[in-house]
Amino acid sequence: MSKEWKPRIVAFFCNWCTYTAADLAGVSRMKYAANTRVIRLMCSGRVDPQFILDALARGADGVLIGGCHPGDCHYVEGNYKMLRRFQMLKRMLKDLGIEDERVRLEWISAAEGEKVKRVINEMVGQVQKLGPLGIPQKFEEWDKEMEDFAAHVAAKEAESGCACATQNQEMEAAHA
Amino acid sequence: MVKLVINGKEITTDKSNTVLEVARAAGIDIPTLCSHESLPPYGSCRFCIVEVAQRGRTRMQTSCTLPVAEGMEIKTHSERVLKIRRILVELMLARCPESEVLRDMAREIGVPHCRFERVRGQKSPCHTCQACTLVEQMPMHPPDGMPATIVGRSGCILCGMCVRLCDDVMKIGALGFEGRGMRRRVTTPFREPSEFCITCGACSSICPTGAIELLRVRPQEPLPIPAEFELGLANRKPIHLPFPQAVPRVPVIDPATCVNFMTGGCKVCEDNCQVQAIDHTQQDKIQEIDVGSVIVATGFKTFDPKRTPYYGYGVFPNVYTALEVERLVNASGPTGGEVILRDGRAPKSIGIIHCVGSRDNKTNRWCSRVCCMYSLKLAHLLKEHTEAELYNFYIDMRTPGKSYDEFYGKLLEEGVHFIRGRVGEVTDWAMTPDEEGKLVIRVEDTLAGFVRRIPVDMVVLSTGLEPQADAQDVRRLFNMNCGSEGFFLERHPKLAPVNTFTDGVFLAGACQGPRDIPDTVAQAGAAAAEAMVLIDRGYIEQEPNTAYILEEECSGCKSCIALCPYTAIAFDEAKQKAAINEALCKGCGTCVASCPSGSIAQRLFEDDEVFSEIKGVLAYE
Repeated sequence: MSKEWKPRIVAFFCNWCTYTAADLAGVSRMKYAANTRVIRLMCSGRVDPQFILDALARGADGVLIGGCHPGDCHYVEGNYKMLRRFQMLKRMLKDLGIEDERVRLEWISAAEGEKVKRVINEMVGQVQKLGPLGIPQKFEEWDKEMEDFAAHVAAKEAESGCACATQNQEMEAAHA
Repeated sequence: MVKLVINGKEITTDKSNTVLEVARAAGIDIPTLCSHESLPPYGSCRFCIVEVAQRGRTRMQTSCTLPVAEGMEIKTHSERVLKIRRILVELMLARCPESEVLRDMAREIGVPHCRFERVRGQKSPCHTCQACTLVEQMPMHPPDGMPATIVGRSGCILCGMCVRLCDDVMKIGALGFEGRGMRRRVTTPFREPSEFCITCGACSSICPTGAIELLRVRPQEPLPIPAEFELGLANRKPIHLPFPQAVPRVPVIDPATCVNFMTGGCKVCEDNCQVQAIDHTQQDKIQEIDVGSVIVATGFKTFDPKRTPYYGYGVFPNVYTALEVERLVNASGPTGGEVILRDGRAPKSIGIIHCVGSRDNKTNRWCSRVCCMYSLKLAHLLKEHTEAELYNFYIDMRTPGKSYDEFYGKLLEEGVHFIRGRVGEVTDWAMTPDEEGKLVIRVEDTLAGFVRRIPVDMVVLSTGLEPQADAQDVRRLFNMNCGSEGFFLERHPKLAPVNTFTDGVFLAGACQGPRDIPDTVAQAGAAAAEAMVLIDRGYIEQEPNTAYILEEECSGCKSCIALCPYTAIAFDEAKQKAAINEALCKGCGTCVASCPSGSIAQRLFEDDEVFSEIKGVLAYE
């Protein structure tokens, strides 16, 4: 990776709390790391786990989800729904080898511009330490590996007189 | 209806009345000591005795217990009646020589002096007769040498009003009669301090001779009920007018202190009310009103100065809050507009401390906006009322309003002192003789550049404005937001200053942030106009971001139905698919994210749109 690598974080903010808080942080001229790209949703309950996976797959180094404090959801309980999904997703991400710090759920009310600033800065720091996640690059590497492997197998087969190929054909015929 | 003649005057009246009632209604004054609206007639004092002629016979009878009858001829002030009354007064005076009521009565009725031997051993003369010095040498007749228990110096006439009131009306029964004849007296059971007495004071207030000393009934100082509107600077009764400009202007009963709510008795106010407007059975009612829009104007709470203990509020009696001084200078306040300290002195020097609970990292960070101006106003009024030396201790003078700064200029000309600096503490620790008995304000004068000690008689704390204690509950109730200070948050500081994040809920006044009356009125007007817009239009606009079902993909698993907090999703039995009521849907998208088959979509936030957004935001480094 180049020296100038900076983490890219996709943030899904609830329209009523965290998005407003981010607005407030802006109005209050607070400075937070510019690495975050915010996507506004009406509610943290709208955050489909696929969005998080898609963001990571497309090259995000971290995902931040901001919702209202428990009990304060504009839509009564959307944030609780998000919390449940988040817990399940975390287990899955762990199995996939994605570190805990990369995906974060925070409750930030409309008044907490200061907290937006703190959380984003904190998260950028953590992700910076972890280094790039680089899933798209990994995809490329894996594809390449597969291609190399296929080429390797083909070469081997050609070398050994296609023993495997004829065997396969026989098995298919027997099955039919 | 019966006809009778009183003092030669023919009167027709209902036969349920007593002679006393009829005579009083006719404007004839019959003296009594033991009649009261709340007590049934008893006839114990005998003062209301009248001469009754009926069917050729004449008899003497107490008018309070005498029901009217056809053909009665009554004389209320005949010589025979007066003679009896004079004897009665003399006898009672012998018991109660200090009673003002009896002395007045004696003078009125023409009793020159009291000829009877005194009974109880009271030392002071009655002043009715000039020969009183003799009384001192008279043989005392203490019946049995028992100390009087509840009766003080002025003496009891054994009318029994206190006993009947305590027992029958207040339903407490802390008092009773004891003994017979000469030994008869009013006292508590076993002459012990009563544990049932609630120190309501009914006995001592009804006693015609003022004989009962409440502390002897129960040795416990009756707790005054502080008047809320006067901030405890005056006391009130359980039935009271909440404040002078109350709308509607009717008294209210405080169930926490009213005897009726404790014992079920009393109701003396009900007996006294001519129009029978008092109803003790009234209950608090919760009324549910359907409305289309709400204006939240729940106001503010003043800062509790006990949180700044270094200013001595609650420690030194002469440290006041600005609101208390506001009552003191008010002509309808507890002192009638006279500024006097809690010890009765008039202050000769007054210090007003600004920014108590404002612009302070220890308490509240924000400026409360109104304190500078109300401090100036109080300084002006105090100067006018007391001619005292006035000191204002300020951090910055904030006078940004129409003709506000001119007012500040006027005060400077009036000779009010302004000292720039935050006050460190208020103390009674005197370092020099002229500080003795005064409150010393220690402050760094940042303009002069040294620490000063200013002795004053009175300290006024200009307390700041805070969000209401239950602001968070109200916020949840209306699904609003609060700023970091706890004041309600507007939707946008410039573009939607009276709107909240909930449609149809508007803000006005200091619940949104500290503001003065003109600003509040202006904002309230704006909020009312916004509410009117919704009413006038007759329809509401909905956000377009509602969810909808992709019917061909829906498997009818029903997992979305339980998720919707607005019950906007129903199950269409015929189609075996979910159906969304778009009028109920608020557009949160929780169901969209949860649908296992991806067959719910949200307008403006379609999955594809969000995925494109993710792609877009990650398209660059």
